[in-house]
Amino acid sequence: MSELLTFKNVWLEYGEKIVLERVDLGIAERSFVSIVGPSGAGKSSFLRLVLGQEAPTRGRILLDGKLLTPECGPDRGVVFQRYSVFPHLTALRNVMFGRECTSAPFAARLFGAARRAAAEEAEAMLVEVGLGDALHLYPAQLSGGMQQRLAIAQALMARPRVLLLDEPFGALDPGIRQDMHRLILRLWQEHALTVLMVTHDIREAFGLGTRVLAFDKRRIDPHAPHRFGATAVYDLLLTRKSPADMPDIPSEVLRLTESVITNTEDSL
Amino acid sequence: MRWVNVRPRRRNSVLLGALPLLLIIVVYLFAAAARHAVNPSDKILPTPAAMVAAMRSLLVDADPLSGHLIFWADTLASLERLGLALGICALSALLVGMVLGVLPAARATFGGLVMTVAVIPPIALLPVLFIVFGLGETAKIALIVIGVTPFLIRDLADHVAALPQEQLIKAQTLGASSWQLALRVALPQAMPRLIAGLRLSLGPAWVYLISAEAIASDIGLGYRIFLVRRYLSMDIIIPYVAWISLLAILMDVALAQLSRRGFTWAHQASR
Repeated sequence: MSELLTFKNVWLEYGEKIVLERVDLGIAERSFVSIVGPSGAGKSSFLRLVLGQEAPTRGRILLDGKLLTPECGPDRGVVFQRYSVFPHLTALRNVMFGRECTSAPFAARLFGAARRAAAEEAEAMLVEVGLGDALHLYPAQLSGGMQQRLAIAQALMARPRVLLLDEPFGALDPGIRQDMHRLILRLWQEHALTVLMVTHDIREAFGLGTRVLAFDKRRIDPHAPHRFGATAVYDLLLTRKSPADMPDIPSEVLRLTESVITNTEDSL
Repeated sequence: MRWVNVRPRRRNSVLLGALPLLLIIVVYLFAAAARHAVNPSDKILPTPAAMVAAMRSLLVDADPLSGHLIFWADTLASLERLGLALGICALSALLVGMVLGVLPAARATFGGLVMTVAVIPPIALLPVLFIVFGLGETAKIALIVIGVTPFLIRDLADHVAALPQEQLIKAQTLGASSWQLALRVALPQAMPRLIAGLRLSLGPAWVYLISAEAIASDIGLGYRIFLVRRYLSMDIIIPYVAWISLLAILMDVALAQLSRRGFTWAHQASR
């Protein structure tokens, strides 16, 4: 498997405050990378870097061997915990949005045959995520889980090289969350996706990921805690089985990761 | 049961809402009757019969000088000014508000200017407008536009700027350009807000209209009220004021309906 995303000595600083330091990573194509870590350990900053919402202060990020532009683009799809669908569009129009933007630069709307083709494709995508009955509903009429399905369908329509998930299932009920896990694993497999997922749920991280990154500060200066940034302190490759089964998390790994989290929270 | 939990049913609440209005009318009728008992030629609280008699000449008899039916000509003139002004307000607010809301650089550059203009009391500018635009229609329309637009712009720009960042990022990851983002994400979500802002601005807009008409005009609802004031013609003033309120209510209802029909999605949460 080739390397899709490469981080070369990446630092992210806000003035005095160092958020991320010395991030050196290679992320293989088609991998499912879970990112865990305590609050404030730079998980979301890491995601924002990949998303292009922010540029690294130092170092380089390469996507497909090319330097990443510090602006969001269609090569990177994203699903946030909330607000990542458009409330004023029906489910179908939400999913068609990307196609309409790329094919009609000025009007951002399609007409006639092009519109029908986009609608058909969007409908197929919605059926795939289980929203075949909700094509003409507005997001406000959908449940939280359905909204996240919609957000995923919308992102997949753009055929992103990397799919970024920022605590996508954090606001959902446990039962719904399980369904969503099965869905995302199926999509990951069928669409040959590369996924980066930030989560607070360790079981989710291990259940879904082929690789788990734990972000934390390697060193802490008690007098100036902001002067040391976080980085990937644990990088665990999970040997992956069939996508459907949820593996047991090795107990020592669970302990390890949980201790990472509790320890740092204590020390903060 | 606590008072806060007493909720009238829908039909009852309509009745309850009508009650104070009816009460005012009844009180007025009694007061008018009492004054007329003392002085049959009282002008301060005219009886309904006197109002009908006074209004009849304005409603159905053509003015010998101009040949207009005065009441309708006044209404038309005022609504024309108001409609034109509010149209200009809505369009310019939409344009400027969107630019300020979508582009942080534009907001940084022109946000202060809009705020400065917004705090100038519009009536204080009326003399300037009369001097610059003359006493014609332009000055009256300009007063309403200057009075209402800055508020609408600020409201709209704030609303657009407060759209969840996630939505804007998402649109960009779907390939949207700045233009497409403004057109497909910000504009549709700004529209219901613009209509809500217009509804709130109806009150001030009427104030500016009546002020401008009162000071320099020869036709219009506000002009008429201030004209007949010289003759203590409460029998004309009261029906005119009632008519203005009715027009304002109708405009408000029409805008509310427009928002409900045109932007169903924005009203779903409240269902």
